[in-house]
Amino acid sequence: MAPDTLPSTGEAGVSEIERYLAAQQSKSLLRFITCGSVDDGKSTLIGRLLYDSKMLFEDQLSALEADSRKVGTQGGDLDFALLVDGLSAEREQGITIDVAYRFFNTDQRKFIVADTPGHEQYTRNMVTGASTADLAIILIDARKGVLPQTRRHSFLVSLLGIRKIVLAVNKMDLMGYDQAVFERVVAEYRAFARQLDLTDIQAIPLSALKGDNVTTLTGAMPWYQGPTLIGHLETVAVTDLRANDPFRLPVQWVNRPNLDFRGYAGTIAAGTVRPGDRIRVLPSGQESRVARIVTHDGDLDVAAAGQSVTLTLTDEIDISRGDIISALDGAAEVADQMEATLVWMSEAPLLPGRPYILKVGAKSVPATVATLKHKINVNTLEQLATKTLSLNEVGLATLSLDQPVAFDVYRHNRDTGGFILIDRLTNETVAAGLIRSAIVRTVPWQILDVDKRARSQMKGQRPRVLWFTGLSGAGKSTIANLVEKKLHAHGRHTMLLDGDNVRQGLNRNLGFTDADRVENVRRVAEVSKLMVDAGLIVLVSFISPYRAERRMARELLGPGEFLEVFVDTPLSVAEGRDVKGLYAKARAGKLPNFTGIDSPYEPPESPDVRIDTQAMTAEQAANHIFTLLSRFDEDADLVDGAAI
Amino acid sequence: MPLHDGRAIDVKDAAVLDSILKPPSSPLPAALAGALPSHRLTHLQRLEAESIHILREVVAETQNPVMMYSIGKDSAVMLHLAMKAFYPAKPPFPLLHVDTTWKFREMIAFRDQRAADLGLDLLVHTNPEGLARGIGPFTHGSAVHTQVMKTEALKQALDRYGFDAAFGGARRDEEKSRAKERIFSFRTDQHRWDPKNQRPELWQLYNARKNKGESIRVFPLSNWTELDIWEYIYVENIPIVPLYFAADRPVVERDGALIMVDDDRMPLKPGEVPQQRRVRFRTLGCYPLTGAIDSDADSLPAIIREMLLARTSERQGRVIDRDGGASMEQKKQEGYF
Ligand SMILES: Nc1nc2c(ncn2[C@@H]2O[C@H](COP(=O)(O)OP(=O)(O)OP(=O)(O)O)[C@@H](O)[C@H]2O)c(=O)[nH]1
Ligand SMILES: [Mg+2]
Repeated sequence: MAPDTLPSTGEAGVSEIERYLAAQQSKSLLRFITCGSVDDGKSTLIGRLLYDSKMLFEDQLSALEADSRKVGTQGGDLDFALLVDGLSAEREQGITIDVAYRFFNTDQRKFIVADTPGHEQYTRNMVTGASTADLAIILIDARKGVLPQTRRHSFLVSLLGIRKIVLAVNKMDLMGYDQAVFERVVAEYRAFARQLDLTDIQAIPLSALKGDNVTTLTGAMPWYQGPTLIGHLETVAVTDLRANDPFRLPVQWVNRPNLDFRGYAGTIAAGTVRPGDRIRVLPSGQESRVARIVTHDGDLDVAAAGQSVTLTLTDEIDISRGDIISALDGAAEVADQMEATLVWMSEAPLLPGRPYILKVGAKSVPATVATLKHKINVNTLEQLATKTLSLNEVGLATLSLDQPVAFDVYRHNRDTGGFILIDRLTNETVAAGLIRSAIVRTVPWQILDVDKRARSQMKGQRPRVLWFTGLSGAGKSTIANLVEKKLHAHGRHTMLLDGDNVRQGLNRNLGFTDADRVENVRRVAEVSKLMVDAGLIVLVSFISPYRAERRMARELLGPGEFLEVFVDTPLSVAEGRDVKGLYAKARAGKLPNFTGIDSPYEPPESPDVRIDTQAMTAEQAANHIFTLLSRFDEDADLVDGAAI
Repeated sequence: MPLHDGRAIDVKDAAVLDSILKPPSSPLPAALAGALPSHRLTHLQRLEAESIHILREVVAETQNPVMMYSIGKDSAVMLHLAMKAFYPAKPPFPLLHVDTTWKFREMIAFRDQRAADLGLDLLVHTNPEGLARGIGPFTHGSAVHTQVMKTEALKQALDRYGFDAAFGGARRDEEKSRAKERIFSFRTDQHRWDPKNQRPELWQLYNARKNKGESIRVFPLSNWTELDIWEYIYVENIPIVPLYFAADRPVVERDGALIMVDDDRMPLKPGEVPQQRRVRFRTLGCYPLTGAIDSDADSLPAIIREMLLARTSERQGRVIDRDGGASMEQKKQEGYF
């Protein structure tokens, strides 16, 4: 059946079969769809392709003959559409309702074709077929020219990022195979397609019914010099460049067969990965290295986009389903608001403000459509103001998610930039979404009194104070600095108050007596409170030796806003390091009232976070604090949508 | 390269069965085993990756999945993919075989051996009422038999264990209504399929949320063709039931189909004498309903070669597919896999 070069006759040897298999395996794959208006001949064309490329078995052929006599539209002649219109309702009505997937191959290539319905009512099924295609055959009935559905499908094709188009001007047999007709239709279509950025268009005059120019050039249209349809499909360049992009692994499943193994399973959405590669986990931002690429067939040295793998990392970090393991350079985006194009797929219209489930990659989060910017008239491509989207309408929206997620814009990657919206009551898939950009919040959703809540909502974060306490030289400033960098990198608004700096300005008039120490901490606590009111995340790095003052600071702030971080370094260790040479001076009696030497340090009894600097590096400490912070926020009763 | 031996065997002979189940040991040529230059995946690697993605997605999103294990070549591939998808863990779901009691004896022996070798949990369900009523293809015909012993039995098993997702090895290239089915195919609490109202299925994003009582049939092999299956079995050395290899077997010819006389429950018509013929099976099911084909293909290369020259589809051998145009669609609407 397949026109492939067969292994030679005689004994079916192992080596000949392996040569054959190697040739099969190196063939490229082209996934394409047929689309266009009702009755333009899409299904007939696919049936014809299968028939002419000898992909049909004898029993399928005799079934086709019988079916054509029984329900065909060709008065008993072969009705090729019946090869693909496989549902009884489709055969009774002579239309396509849902996508049919068919498979065939030639000497050059393997093909998966999705035959999609032309009826507007079934647009979502067309979108289903188009979402995985590399090329679209847009059919036009030569008698009718460009119709609204031609435009709608072209628009959707362009939206979904399909760049290669075959314009199949069909039913040429009914127009006397006239070149002028062909050229008129092509000119009309190109004028429209230009507005959609569809430029890579191969136009072919066809008769799907009679087979002209499908697999062989026909004598009926000697004026046509281009390729046959199959000739074009076999040679059109489709390059998957995803392997050249920065690495992305959306984590599908955490594999924990025993305590010694923790693997992250998923399908690589972009790039390549090797053991030893540095990675960043998003949205948390933690960094680590790839330890192994584990597969059933043994560990791999390298894996690339498209492969389903399991990674292990060198560090024990907290990763769950829906996170993206990402290259360090060119990491994925993280946001809890985004602008996206929506294709509405439900009978029930879109309700802005209603929570839907948004699924992107392996992550599902509650999300609402915050604003609808416009919808698009698919005929004129005009943007129209709207308050809702109904079935098959396309619009541009901003979405607000319950928590930040990692993603890419759709233009860069279908698998990390496409999402679906799911209705929480009916569980229906109500929309397909294509992310255009992350939104950094600039305006609050409602006009509110400008208070702490409003200010922090605008910053999209939960304001609080991270109070680093510990001996001089314990590592407070180093760690606080790293945490601030991390927060900053995640778009958080922060302020670091460091003892050494504040003493040079605001607290210039204070010394190191007990009374001055108390006043020093009081002022910093008050300043922190003001900054929390401003919506900031404040990192205070002060020795703050006395429990009472730290409690005072805690009580100034709201519940959950004060997190005490004890940077626990024993005196002997801090003194041993003595980075600034202060301990030596103090021991020499040149610095009176030095904490730990001749002034007491009261360690916290139950800090929110304790960092044992002998057990972890400053970088690890910062990661640890960052992770805990995210967790505190999950547990806390959040300001609407605001999370760290 | 040692290949699966296709000789007719006595299934009680464990040593022989062992040697058939054991995969060949020689290494694969580099072009088959490895990736192509510039990180392009081979066709089989792409199919494999997609199937593994689907298997993992179901495990992550459903509460109580099960894998329908029908013992045939597609099930063999699906099971192999499951071993890969969750490695080093075992597949986190049991296998379910709906046993009509009319399967080939070699299938049952193979099934039990496979589950034991892989250390997997195998559930076997037979419709107890059907059994009590003595339903069988010879006495009740293929339609009643399939309805009671397959479709009803399947529904009973899914209900009994409360499975909310069931993997099936069906492929879209098998049949025209299959070509229309989504990878995640939803069934009502009555296990019915509504082909006119399928959920959109975009990119690699599957919506596995279901309403109370609904369940999902999931088809990880949707985009594989019959030839892909055979090529993959060859490249991956996947054990399969010996009935797929040509051997001399006792058959009778009925309505143009070659039916193997697998046990003495088969009533012979007057004058009917089983003939020893060199045959094999392209698809496996209940022996009275599964036609053999004349063949000398006793190795995987020979099978692949034969596939390339085949002039009929694999469903040609299935007696139950021949009753009426939309019969598969109808059966699926009634809850058939
Ligand atoms: N004369 C002629 N008729 C054609 C040609 N191609 C298709 N037809 C006929 O046009 C009618 C519609 O064909 P289909 O293939 O079902 O159209 P479709 O585009 O798949 O329709 P939907 O999927 O329902 O949108 C059938 O009667 C076909 O036989 C052609 O090239 N020439
Ligand atoms: Mg059609």
